[in-house]
Amino acid sequence: MAGARTPQAGEICRAGLVIRKRSEGDKIVALAGNPNVGKSTIFNALTGMNQHTGNWPGKTVANAQGYCARGDRGCVMVDIPGCYSLMAHSAEEEVARDFICFGKPDAVVVVCDATCLERNLNLVLQTIEAAPRVVVCVNLLDEARKKKINVNLPLLSRRLGTPVVGAAARGGEGLEQLLVALDKSLQTEAAAPKEPLVRYPAYIEDAIARLTPAVSQVLSGGETGIDVRWLCARLLDADESLLTSIRTYAGVDLEREPVASALRAVREEFARTGATEEQIRDDLATVFVKTAEQLCRDVVTCEKERADRRDRRLDKWFTSRLTGFPIMLLILLGVFWLTISGANMPSALLAKALFGFEDWAAAGLAAAGAPGMLIDLLLHGVYRVMAWVVSVMLPPMAIFFPLFTLLEDFGYLPRVAFNLDRCFKGCAACGKQALTMCMGFGCNAAGVTGCRIIDSPRERLIAIITNNFVPCNGRFPTIISVISMFLLGGAAGIMESLGGAAILVGVIVFGVGMTLLISKTLSKTILKGVPSSFTLELPPYRRPQIGKVIVRSVVDRTLKVLGRAVISAAPAGLVIWILANVQAGDASLLAHLTGFLDPFARTIGMDGVILTGFILGLPANEIVVPIIIMAYTAQGSLLELEGAALLNLFVQNGWTWLTAINVILFSLMHWPCATTCLTIHKETQSFKWTAVSFLVPTVCGVVVCFLFTTIARFFL
Amino acid sequence: MNANRLTELRPGGRAVVCGLDAAGDMRRRLQDMGLIQGTEVRCLERSPLGDPVAYQVRGAVIALRCEDACTVRISGGAAHGRG
Repeated sequence: MAGARTPQAGEICRAGLVIRKRSEGDKIVALAGNPNVGKSTIFNALTGMNQHTGNWPGKTVANAQGYCARGDRGCVMVDIPGCYSLMAHSAEEEVARDFICFGKPDAVVVVCDATCLERNLNLVLQTIEAAPRVVVCVNLLDEARKKKINVNLPLLSRRLGTPVVGAAARGGEGLEQLLVALDKSLQTEAAAPKEPLVRYPAYIEDAIARLTPAVSQVLSGGETGIDVRWLCARLLDADESLLTSIRTYAGVDLEREPVASALRAVREEFARTGATEEQIRDDLATVFVKTAEQLCRDVVTCEKERADRRDRRLDKWFTSRLTGFPIMLLILLGVFWLTISGANMPSALLAKALFGFEDWAAAGLAAAGAPGMLIDLLLHGVYRVMAWVVSVMLPPMAIFFPLFTLLEDFGYLPRVAFNLDRCFKGCAACGKQALTMCMGFGCNAAGVTGCRIIDSPRERLIAIITNNFVPCNGRFPTIISVISMFLLGGAAGIMESLGGAAILVGVIVFGVGMTLLISKTLSKTILKGVPSSFTLELPPYRRPQIGKVIVRSVVDRTLKVLGRAVISAAPAGLVIWILANVQAGDASLLAHLTGFLDPFARTIGMDGVILTGFILGLPANEIVVPIIIMAYTAQGSLLELEGAALLNLFVQNGWTWLTAINVILFSLMHWPCATTCLTIHKETQSFKWTAVSFLVPTVCGVVVCFLFTTIARFFL
Repeated sequence: MNANRLTELRPGGRAVVCGLDAAGDMRRRLQDMGLIQGTEVRCLERSPLGDPVAYQVRGAVIALRCEDACTVRISGGAAHGRG
């Protein structure tokens, strides 16, 4: 996390987060809210940034910050992970609480879901208690209107005593009003001691009154920005992690006198009157829920009794015993079919154009008198690998990402987690692992970071270690191209793309099976434990904004991933060209390397070149196939790499359907790419678990390929 | 008052929470979700494999595994069975 870094010039460290101000007068605004209320949408709209958004809880796991210029000064907006409460349970809720309570934000914007306002007010009330300036943004008003839910914003504002702004951020509604309200709030002096909104039961109020002098005394030393009443109440809660955070971020030791003795006296009083610790803790938490309920009376009115009829009907389809799993598989099949069939043509066209350019450029450079070796190195080395990556990756990605984002936006992913949770429970793992796997489809590094949504450290590690069993988008093109070349035989047209999609679904299901098997094995061995408690929110379905999704996912995700692939493909092309063209003894370095790996690779049904491709593909999985092609062509003859030519090249080099299946299996199960390994280390802070995450899929791949090859050869 | 468990509620049934047996973090989590004494809960749908089950609590839909739903005591459940 950002906190590990020392702040540089222009940066300040607040509650473990490094804040980058542009000028001294800039204000710091925290953006908080329950998970999945459109916080990231608002953040993007206010800062002009492009944080990925999606309709499922826990999308924002890393802390993002952006800048919002307002006249002569600006605001540093800090997007805080979604949380239900400031009484933290999980690592990321702790981050949220620490920043709101100890990060001294100049204001906190709490974003709420208008369709579920009462539950959201729990966090609002807790934030108002802890922070001096709060602006409430009731988002998703458009969804509420569709469900005929009315929210009386002025009444809510009066009751809360804070500005309340209504918004439908996806359509841009209410954002300007939010900024105006924020400006106004930032200009006011921090309100004089406000009348507390939330009233605890009398015995707790008494205790708070008795603690107040001691706590004020301890806090008065510095500019901690901590609210005295809030802190007194939390002291009664006896939350260890909170005390640690206060010590770390505010430099206040509450186990010191005079707080210690005051607290002791209060506890003795509790013991005398028979107030148990559980009762105190319950009262401290439930008072917010009860207050929220009272505040919501008359504020939220619903014209129809059952505003969620459509959601429940959809849930019946997506999660029922009969149709839940078939629909899940059909959706997967549909997405892959559209991806494969839609990508074929543009891929071929791109390849023709890009490889055509290679010949043309080679001729041009030769005519200009460039040395032959340079032409060879630049065009047949660097350029060709990049051309392959672009032509093979771009079309499927440009189709797959938008489709997947549509599902995400619609709210389908939490239903996948809901359907699969029973399987994960059987493996003593967390159902939210299904969500992190879905993220892994895009990029395993993102999936690993996403594992922060899992509360239990043991289950989070399981999810991190097994995330690589979901093929990321860098591996899809490899798998798809091998499937279409070797496993579809003479099938053509719709049968070809449908067959390819079906095999791909099979590969994914196999990967999920491996995930479950390994999760279970880990739970029984090095990560022993029982499944922990968890709650999974199933958000309302939302109509995806199709146009926006397509643009955003192409621009933000596709081009970003492609850029990364091209960047790592270029040097890899260079390295492989050098390896192939530098002679050592009687053969090239590449021949030595592939020759060395060959005997081992043969036992797992591949060859030295393929294994070399996987090894040199460590920086990015996208370049595995280009490397293999380069290695074959460097030793052979072929230069045209379109369509059947590629198949011929592979067949000439001894590929059979057995090789193809092993390549698919090994592509599904081998070491995570370099980026993912670095992310795993960052998330686990441990070389041991990074090594485990590296070894587990690798060993699985080797074992599965070896078994498959041995058995297949036995029968052939 | 008959103290049933939330797990006994069938899809379509409604009940009122009368207490929690969960401890520690999970107790707080359930409370944050609005599951406190007096809260009305509606059982919506079982997942395809029977567990977890989706419940409607204060306008939100929350899925709970049976181990966790079991810790929620309810009254007046089971009798209603209409969706």
